[in-house]
Amino acid sequence: MKHEELDAALDSFGDALASATRVTPGNALRPEDIAVDGVAPSDEVAQYALTLGDDALILAQRLAHWISRAPELEEDVALGNIALDILGHARSFLTYAGLAWDKSEDDLAYWREEEEFTSLWIVEQPNGHFGVTIIRQLIVSIYQHLLYQKLATSQDETLAAIAAKAVKEVDYHRDHAIQWTIRLGQGTEESAQKMRHALEILWPYVDEMFRDEPVHQNLESIAVLPSSLKDAWQEEISAVLAEAGLEIPATGQAMAFGRRGEHSEHLGYLLAEMQVLARKHPGASW
Amino acid sequence: MSQSNNWPLWEVFVRSSRGLSHVHAGSLHAPDEQMAVRNARDLYTRRNEGVSLWVVKSSDIISSDPDEKDSFFESPQGKDYRHATYYKASEGVKHL
Repeated sequence: MKHEELDAALDSFGDALASATRVTPGNALRPEDIAVDGVAPSDEVAQYALTLGDDALILAQRLAHWISRAPELEEDVALGNIALDILGHARSFLTYAGLAWDKSEDDLAYWREEEEFTSLWIVEQPNGHFGVTIIRQLIVSIYQHLLYQKLATSQDETLAAIAAKAVKEVDYHRDHAIQWTIRLGQGTEESAQKMRHALEILWPYVDEMFRDEPVHQNLESIAVLPSSLKDAWQEEISAVLAEAGLEIPATGQAMAFGRRGEHSEHLGYLLAEMQVLARKHPGASW
Repeated sequence: MSQSNNWPLWEVFVRSSRGLSHVHAGSLHAPDEQMAVRNARDLYTRRNEGVSLWVVKSSDIISSDPDEKDSFFESPQGKDYRHATYYKASEGVKHL
């Protein structure tokens, strides 16, 4: 189909047909649109999009592991939905980055080695018990919510469009994590103890999230400087933890440099599982 | 699913678009009313089905008794005069 025809088809598929009796997917930016209509970014913008895509991809892979394993059926669906939202963000960012290098989202997801992944250490940390996953979600979703709000005003139109769509979804992820943090923090002594434990094992990976790297500093008014998010993040998460009766733990900070391709021991195993099928059957499709 | 589910049951009502009523969509388990609305969002509006949600604790709903079906619902049968079509327009009434 030509672009014009595709646009027309998408229009008729979306809100144009929305009615009381017909459920439609609605109109929103999809990775397929970026692949077809996107303008190839510069190498520097692509590197930045890659960092955002890698964070989302690894976190989505981690969260998807909860499917069929959550404490309740309803929570299973909730975590699965959140994982899929985040996978959608990864697909958009990786598709856009790949335009610069003539690579597809799958090339980037399945055919890079561990040291080529630029994700933060926090997203590759193991799921642990439910409380660990919730604290990781709390830390990351508050961060991504602030990040995407700013990125939605980026001078790079594609990054801004991806962020504008993602921010609504991440707003819900944030709410989900906050609701559970408060309930588990205020729950039983055992649930509060597990939340304190979760904070202790994840807090060492907080500083890395806010470290400015050349990939950010070289893209003024396009990239969001991570350090610019720190104060708002600290304020928001402190308020949630206070309501939950939890405290920021006094832990040291890990020497984490995921943006430079240096990772903790956990990423290799995650990638092995994520990539094995694509590598065993190259080019396979459903 | 290591423990038995001891969360209360909630009934979910979805309004599919403005101007329509909320319609019963199904039920779910949740620990409290706030989580029930969120679970309802995840379970019943994943495909753009709704613009508004209600949740009601199932135990708060009072329903009619199936054993009283006859006395409750058979009675209107045969009472044609409760339908507008029973009545004929009188002569001379032009705009009915």
